[in-house]
Amino acid sequence: MNKSLVKVSMPVLDPLIRNQNFMEVEQGYTPYDAVLEANRCLECKHMPCVNACPVEINIPGFIHEIKEKNFDKAYQIITNDSMLPAVCGRVCPQESQCESVCVRSIKGESVGIGRLERFVADYHYEQEHSTCDFDIHKNDMKVAIVGSGPAGLSCACELLKRGYDVTIYEALHAPGGVLTYGIPAFRLPKSIVSKEINNLIEHGVVLKTNTVIGKTLYLEDLFEDGFKAIFIATGAGLPQFLNIEGETLNGVYSANEFLTRVNLMKAYEKDQATPIYKDEIVSVVGGGNVAMDAARSALRLGAKQVHIIYRRSIDELPARKAEIEHALEEGIIFDMLTNPVEIIGDSYGFVKAMKCVKMKLGELDQSGRRRPIEIEGSEFEFKTDVVIIAVGTTPNPLISKTSPDLDINHKGCIITIDETGITSKAFVFAGGDAVTGAATVIEAMGAGKKSAVAIDQILS
Amino acid sequence: MYKIILKKALTDQITQMNVYAPDVVKHAKAGQFVILRVDESGERIPLTIADVDKNDGTITIIFQVIGKTTYLLNQKKENEYILDFVGPLGLATNIDDLQNVLVISGGVGSAIAYPLCKALFNQGTYVDLIAGYKSISQMILYNEFEAVTHHQFYTTDDGSFGKKGFVTDVLKTLLEKQTYDHVFAIGPIVMMKAVSEITKLYHIPTTVSLNPIMIDGTGMCGGCRVKIGNQMKFACVDGPDFDGHLVDYDNLLKRNQMYVEKESKDFNEVKSRGDHHE
Repeated sequence: MNKSLVKVSMPVLDPLIRNQNFMEVEQGYTPYDAVLEANRCLECKHMPCVNACPVEINIPGFIHEIKEKNFDKAYQIITNDSMLPAVCGRVCPQESQCESVCVRSIKGESVGIGRLERFVADYHYEQEHSTCDFDIHKNDMKVAIVGSGPAGLSCACELLKRGYDVTIYEALHAPGGVLTYGIPAFRLPKSIVSKEINNLIEHGVVLKTNTVIGKTLYLEDLFEDGFKAIFIATGAGLPQFLNIEGETLNGVYSANEFLTRVNLMKAYEKDQATPIYKDEIVSVVGGGNVAMDAARSALRLGAKQVHIIYRRSIDELPARKAEIEHALEEGIIFDMLTNPVEIIGDSYGFVKAMKCVKMKLGELDQSGRRRPIEIEGSEFEFKTDVVIIAVGTTPNPLISKTSPDLDINHKGCIITIDETGITSKAFVFAGGDAVTGAATVIEAMGAGKKSAVAIDQILS
Repeated sequence: MYKIILKKALTDQITQMNVYAPDVVKHAKAGQFVILRVDESGERIPLTIADVDKNDGTITIIFQVIGKTTYLLNQKKENEYILDFVGPLGLATNIDDLQNVLVISGGVGSAIAYPLCKALFNQGTYVDLIAGYKSISQMILYNEFEAVTHHQFYTTDDGSFGKKGFVTDVLKTLLEKQTYDHVFAIGPIVMMKAVSEITKLYHIPTTVSLNPIMIDGTGMCGGCRVKIGNQMKFACVDGPDFDGHLVDYDNLLKRNQMYVEKESKDFNEVKSRGDHHE
C-alpha cells in the first residue's frame, strides 16, 4: 500500500523544448512508476470509479493486475470495455469522471487512473503482440457505422465482439475522426490512434474511407446493400463563427480548419503540399480544449506570441486544468475577460488587428457560470496576424438533409428517444457528438457501446 | 485507390480523365464536385464533375494545370491510380422549371458548363451558350457543346476563333434584342462578376459557380466560406452555386490569394523536377 497523498509524477518534456515540436508532452509511466501508483488504489468494494466511467471499465480489477505486474491481464480487462485505452488514458477528462469519485481524493489526490490506463495500453503495444484476443462467433448480420471517431469505433468494437460484420464509413481519407484531425500529436500521437484502429481492422472490421454518407451513399442505399442496422456517429464537425465583421479575411481560421491542416494534412512538414498561413502573432478566440490545442499548435508552427482570448475569467475556462497548465508553461498568453468585436484587415485582405472589449462577470447564468458583461467604453485594438476561432461546433446536417424521416432538433443534433440511441428512423441509431453536440471522447465511446448493445437486442 | 480509365489531353494545358469510382457515380448530378488527393503528401483539391457514366461507373474530371497538385495529377497515366477521390459533394445545380436559359463559360469553366448544358438540354430547356477562351488553342468541348445547346457564341481574347473580345461583349449585344429566364456563369471570378453586373441591369436571375479553397468538402473546415449578401455561406455544402447578384467577388478573389506564395513556389519546384517525378 502506497500511502502517498499525491500521484506518482509523470515526466513531461521541458516546455521550452516541446513548444518547438509536435512530440508528445507527457512521457508516461515506467513499469516501476505504474506499480507504485497502482498500490495507492484501495480496491474499494463499492467501486465508485466504475460507475463514473461512461464505458464502465473494471478499474479496480485492472489496477489489481498492475499491482501483480500482470500488465497484459490488465490490458485484457480494460479491452473488455474499451478498445481505445491508449487514447482514453490520454484524453479522457478523468478528473471529472472516474478520478473525481476516487476515495483517495477525499484526502489528497485520486489514484492516477488515466495514467495507469495509458501505461497498460502503451506497455501492451510495446510488446509487439498488438492483437487482443477475444472469441468471435459470427452471426452473418451486417451493421453499418457512419463515422470512424470515438463513438463509431467503440460501437464497432462492441458489435464485433457480438458477432456482427461491421463496416465503418468515413468521409475523410483517414479514419479516427476528431482523434485524427482534431487532437494534436503532442497530446495524442497519431501512431497510437492508428494502432488502436488497426486492431479493430485486424479483427475484421471493414473500413471504407472517402465515403460521405448523405452524399456518396444515402442511408437507404446501406439498407438496400443488406445492412440490418445503422449507427450514426458523425460527430459535431460544423464550426461556429463569431458573426463579427472581418471573419472572411485571410488569416482567419476556424479551429477545425487550422487543426485539420496541422493534424490531418501535416501542413507543418516541409514535403506536404497542404499550405498553412503562419505569422508572428496568433490570437485564439475561445477557452476550451480545442482552443488550447490550436494555441499550442500555433506556437509549435513558430508563432512569436500566442494569445487565448476568452470572455470569462481564467476560473471559468472550460478546458482541462492540465491543458491550461501546459499552455501556460509553454508561454501562451491568456487574455481573459476579453471579447472580440471586429477583425480588421489590410488592403490585401489579410488580418492586421483585432478590436475587443473588456468584460466583467455578473450573475450566474443557465450554465452555472457567471455571465460575462461588456464594460462600456472599454474597446481597444491590438495587432494580430492570425485569428483562430474556437468557439464550438455543431453536428453536420449532411445525413439529415437526405433522410427527412430522421428527426433533428433546432441545433442540428439527431434526436434519440433514450441513451440507447434509437432515432425516429427504424433500425437507425445515433450517438456521440452527433446527438449531444460537442462533448468528450469517452462520452461518445459510452454512447457507441450502449447503441451496440441495443442494436444486438433488436437484431437477435 | 481510384483507377484512371481514360486520359486525354484536350489542349496543351487542359486534361480530361475518366476515373473509376462507382460509389461516387450513384447520386452524382450536374454542378456537384469531387475532392481528390493524388498521393500521400498531396493536398485535397476540389474538381467539378464534368460528366457521369452510370454504366461504366466513371466520373469525368477536366482540369487545367495551374499548380503543384494539378501538375502531379497530370503526370498520372491511364490505368494508374489516384489515391483518394470522394464525392459527389455540394448541391446539384437547380435547373427546375427553366424554359429559356443562357449559359456563359470562361476557359476551363466550360468543363462545368458542359454537364449543366447537357442536363438543361435533356429536360427540354432552350439553351444558348457563350463560351470564351484565350485563344483557339485553349478551346475545349466544342463538339460536345454543339450537341447540347441551341445557339453557340464563341469569343477569344486574341480573335483566333469567334468574336475577338470577352463573353460580356456578346452578352450585351444579345440582351439588347432578347432575354432569358436565367443566366448561368461559370469561369474566372472576374468574368462571373462582370456577367452578374450586366444581368443585374436586366433583372435576369443569375447563378454562378464558386471555387474557393477547401479541405474536406463536407462543411467541417469552413475554409470555403463566402459572403453572399449579408450572410456567410460554406461553398462546399451550401454551394458551389450562388446567386450571382449577391456574391462578394472581391472577397473571394482575395481569399483565393491566401497561399499564393507557397503555391507558386511548390509549382515551380515540381516543374523543375520534371516529368519523372512520382
